[in-house]
Amino acid sequence: MAVTGAVMVLFLILHVVGNLKVFSGAESFNEYAHWLRHVGEPAVPGRTVLTLIEVVLLVSVVLHMWAAISLTRRARKARPVKYAARRKSQASGYATHTMRYGGVVIVLFLIWHLLDLTFATVNPAGAAGLPYDRMVQGFAPERWPVTLFYTLALVMVGLHLRHGLWSAFQTLGLASGKAYRPLKLAAAGLSAVLVLAFLSVPFAILIGVVK
Amino acid sequence: MSGMNLTLKVWRQKGPADEGRMVTYHVEDVSPDMSFLEMLDVLNERLILEGDDPVAFDHDCREGICGMCGMVINGVAHGEQRATTTCQLHMRHFKDGDTITIEPWRAAPFPVVKDLVVDRSAFDRIIQAGGFISVPAGSAPDAHTIPVKKADADAAFDAATCIGCGACVAACPNGSASLFTAAKITHLGLLPQGQPERDSRAKAMVEQMDAEGFGGCTNTGECTAVCPKGIPLETIARMNRDYLRAK
Ligand code: HEM
Ligand code: SF4
Ligand code: FES
Repeated sequence: MAVTGAVMVLFLILHVVGNLKVFSGAESFNEYAHWLRHVGEPAVPGRTVLTLIEVVLLVSVVLHMWAAISLTRRARKARPVKYAARRKSQASGYATHTMRYGGVVIVLFLIWHLLDLTFATVNPAGAAGLPYDRMVQGFAPERWPVTLFYTLALVMVGLHLRHGLWSAFQTLGLASGKAYRPLKLAAAGLSAVLVLAFLSVPFAILIGVVK
Repeated sequence: MSGMNLTLKVWRQKGPADEGRMVTYHVEDVSPDMSFLEMLDVLNERLILEGDDPVAFDHDCREGICGMCGMVINGVAHGEQRATTTCQLHMRHFKDGDTITIEPWRAAPFPVVKDLVVDRSAFDRIIQAGGFISVPAGSAPDAHTIPVKKADADAAFDAATCIGCGACVAACPNGSASLFTAAKITHLGLLPQGQPERDSRAKAMVEQMDAEGFGGCTNTGECTAVCPKGIPLETIARMNRDYLRAK
């Protein structure tokens, strides 16, 4: 869980940095997208690096889900008889209790997201459009339900990371002694920054700052 | 002063093979100064007089130090009062007319023996796997022969306050025994006497915990919140670190 999660978080950081290039104009963003596809050429064929990233991500997503499913099944086996009284949560951690269904929501979002901006099947600019146009047309004001869906999904991602990041620090044994509080704050801080940075792009398009 | 009238919904199970069910009882004139267990004593005295089987529950010290007592009260292990064992929970935290649900710890590795009594031998086996230090027994060594840093001594002592009650398992949505195991690993792993076996201890205890059928920890923090001794979640990070190093 911790290792595959960390791989995805690293990807998200790179991903958001790439997205923020939208603010430096169409040319810069398209160049960046072009570079992503051709980095390393001619030493390696086109898309080598991108394909490599895609494979690592796919493996991470699958292993992450597999770990989550086996943890859930272990939990069920460890408590065959349920409590009659509704178990009241005593720990204050809303995010903690959204992990399992939150993960499912994120996967559904991911599918839409890939159809939208990677394969462009549900994007108005289509596969032939330049990456920048796909982005701007995808989040055009009249497509506000899409933006709303992205916003909800990203809030879910934020909650997932808030608990997930900190939980990973725990699992890897880093959060002991003095490191406990700073790491807990770092997890919350990084999640918030990531979500806000991701959201800045669709909202900038929505209000017409980026067009 | 007149006492409280309460409705209790109690788990009754004749033995390990019995299916078990919730049974409703009424207890009258409960003093707010009674402990939760004394309130159950009142119920049991009446049940005995009526020729009924009294509700079986574990207890010993009744002063919050032995770890024997423990029940899930209204869905919360040891009740909603923080840092309190069931025996130290007082009836003043309840109101006249309340309905109180009382259930045993629920976990596959803690099978119900009878009513509210569960078999916690799984904890003993985790301790047997490595929760000790190997030293030649004999006369006690002089105090201060091995210096221990004050901070380490304090942290080790805090972890050592775990009474093995099992509330952490009962409260965990995953049925994990990580807090208990981590408390023991932290207690011994912080002291100089615990160093020689530190790695093998962590590995053996974690593997025994998994073999017993406890669930996996997802750091929900429900355990710490109900722990009568406030064992911190940080001990679990320590356990994981020692375990990863041992592997
Ligand atoms: C508002 C937020 C987001 C925006 C605007 C956005 C934008 C994009 C764009 C434009 C692409 C296509 C890049 C290309 O054409 O090469 C992409 C790919 C991708 N995004 Fe996002 N993204 C967002 C959030 C997320 C989140 C939260 C996740 C993960 C949970 C994610 C996971 C992915 C993945 C896995 C790919 C495919 C990468 C690949 O094909 O190599 N994205 N995103
Ligand atoms: S860690 Fe706390 S809740 Fe768990 S057994 Fe020890 S004292 Fe009880
Ligand atoms: S009876 Fe000993 S701790 Fe409650």
